Amino acid sequence: MTVEATTNAGAAANGAAPVKRRRAPLSAGARAERRLGWALCAPAVIVILAVTAYPIGYAIYLSLRRYDLRFPDDSKFVGLANYATVLTSSLWWQALAVTVIITVISVAIQFVLGMTLALVMHRALVGRGLVRTVILIPYGIVTVVAAFGWRYAWTPDTGYLSGLFGDATPLSSQVWGIAVIIVAEVWKTTPFMALLLLAGLALVPEELLRAAKVDGATAWQRLTRIMLPLMKPAILVALLFRVLDAFRIFDSIYVLTAGAYDTRSVSILGYDNLFTALNLGVGSSLSVLIFLVVALVAFIFVKGFGTAAPGGEGRR
Amino acid sequence: MATIASTPGAGATGTAGAATRGRRPSGERTALLGWSAANLVIIGISLVPLLWLVSLSFKTPDSITDGKFIPRHWTFENYRGIFGESLFTRALLNSLGIALISTVLAVVLGSMAAYAIARLAFPGKGLLVGLALLIAMFPQISLVSPLFNLWRQIGIFDTWIGLIIPYLTFSLPLAIYTLSAFFREIPWDLEKAAQVDGATPLQAFLRVIAPLAAPGMVTTAILVFIFCWNDFLFAISLTSTERSRTVPAAIAFFTGASQFAQPIGSIAAAAVVITIPIIIFVLLFQRRIVAGLTSGAVKG
Repeated sequence: MTVEATTNAGAAANGAAPVKRRRAPLSAGARAERRLGWALCAPAVIVILAVTAYPIGYAIYLSLRRYDLRFPDDSKFVGLANYATVLTSSLWWQALAVTVIITVISVAIQFVLGMTLALVMHRALVGRGLVRTVILIPYGIVTVVAAFGWRYAWTPDTGYLSGLFGDATPLSSQVWGIAVIIVAEVWKTTPFMALLLLAGLALVPEELLRAAKVDGATAWQRLTRIMLPLMKPAILVALLFRVLDAFRIFDSIYVLTAGAYDTRSVSILGYDNLFTALNLGVGSSLSVLIFLVVALVAFIFVKGFGTAAPGGEGRR
Repeated sequence: MATIASTPGAGATGTAGAATRGRRPSGERTALLGWSAANLVIIGISLVPLLWLVSLSFKTPDSITDGKFIPRHWTFENYRGIFGESLFTRALLNSLGIALISTVLAVVLGSMAAYAIARLAFPGKGLLVGLALLIAMFPQISLVSPLFNLWRQIGIFDTWIGLIIPYLTFSLPLAIYTLSAFFREIPWDLEKAAQVDGATPLQAFLRVIAPLAAPGMVTTAILVFIFCWNDFLFAISLTSTERSRTVPAAIAFFTGASQFAQPIGSIAAAAVVITIPIIIFVLLFQRRIVAGLTSGAVKG
């Protein structure tokens, strides 16, 4: 599949580059093709930019102003004061810590379970199709619904899991609350990870594994020395997607604990700040900070680990 | 065609598995048992939280806290209750309408862009792909504050269009990736061949290209629909009344006067109802969904 992918990209690059180089003054056809390309992409680009770039710019503007929804007339430029408020607030650092903990632990578990699940589906002798169908249900199910399922499961009286720890009410303590949130997150998104990894597993040539087996490599060695290195691009993409998605976690926390007992994620904090504190200025500076953190994580993945941008002919 | 091409693993290992099975007619019963057990565990874990909600939704109020998996007294009262309330029925209508319109728009705009990416040479293509990737990872909460304010200023707060616009934005990257991966697999030369054989460009498109592109578009539509159907953050932030509140948001507002008086049965029933379309999609299109989910991410 890698071969195929590079051929694809190569073909496209070959197709595009010589055209550009050979005919320095563009032919009418090439110019028409350009125009058509732009015209076809324009609506999508306009919608995307109108709803992201502009609001982010607007958020930056708002974040520099005092803007309390209860006193809209008292809005004025305050420089970086809102950022100072956020960055000196223990709430922000706690929410960031909770978000990072949830992200790191849940993605780590998802990776191990997802890999196991992918191997089971890859090698399964029976029921492969059935498993693949069934695991799509956690993926597709509405996050809020899943969260209610878990919430009732862990609530004494309505639940079947709360009894596991005696009379405990896990959703009313920070550590257990976060643990339950992680469980819900892992349950919901491990299938997605598994499917991405399964597609990555298909890139590993069967002969190579057989040859290694003949040469006496153990199953563990085959996994760590052959499969994982060959799957590295697929793994990095899956991790990047999952990390950034987990970082945005909102729905399950809202339903499970509503951010009580210090289980707020940064998204919950941002939401609370807007709709309970009604402070648009501080809320906007939160928005900008969260955006910066996400951009930083993406940058580290792409530059640090060399995660290839998936989808397009991005890797040239 | 495109579907088959994007799941080479499935086909290849499927046959490999069959071959293995054929090679070892007996003596592998333990392995088979092991696999079956592993599969059962996976299936169980995947379904139990959902089945628990189903069970709660059929319980009577007095038995809802008995902690039993099989309801002792079955009742449809919870379902009758939510369908008799505009809070839920109106939300269901909103959810369906908003998700369907967003899906159609995303597939149309996405197809246009994906066609250009897959087939045409034009400067700025790499930039577009990068932009789409950026948006796919964008923290939605960052948009909630500014959109909340903007939507109120231009008067589309708490309207369908106010939700359709952000849904469209966030599903477009998904649509563009998935569709361009599918479109790259289409043998476009067939179009020219048909024209050589005397078909008009329109005929060539409708008879030759459209049927080949359809599977990718259906797959994309399903993924986009699931995404819109799922959204909660925008749904609770950019709406304030029944007028445009979708089901996930409405469920959160089922919460009674106090936090302790939750209408558990109604919430469970509503949760089951909005899960039904997802189950139908999964059962009918599981191959497509898997192909779509992985095509954008793994194919390079």
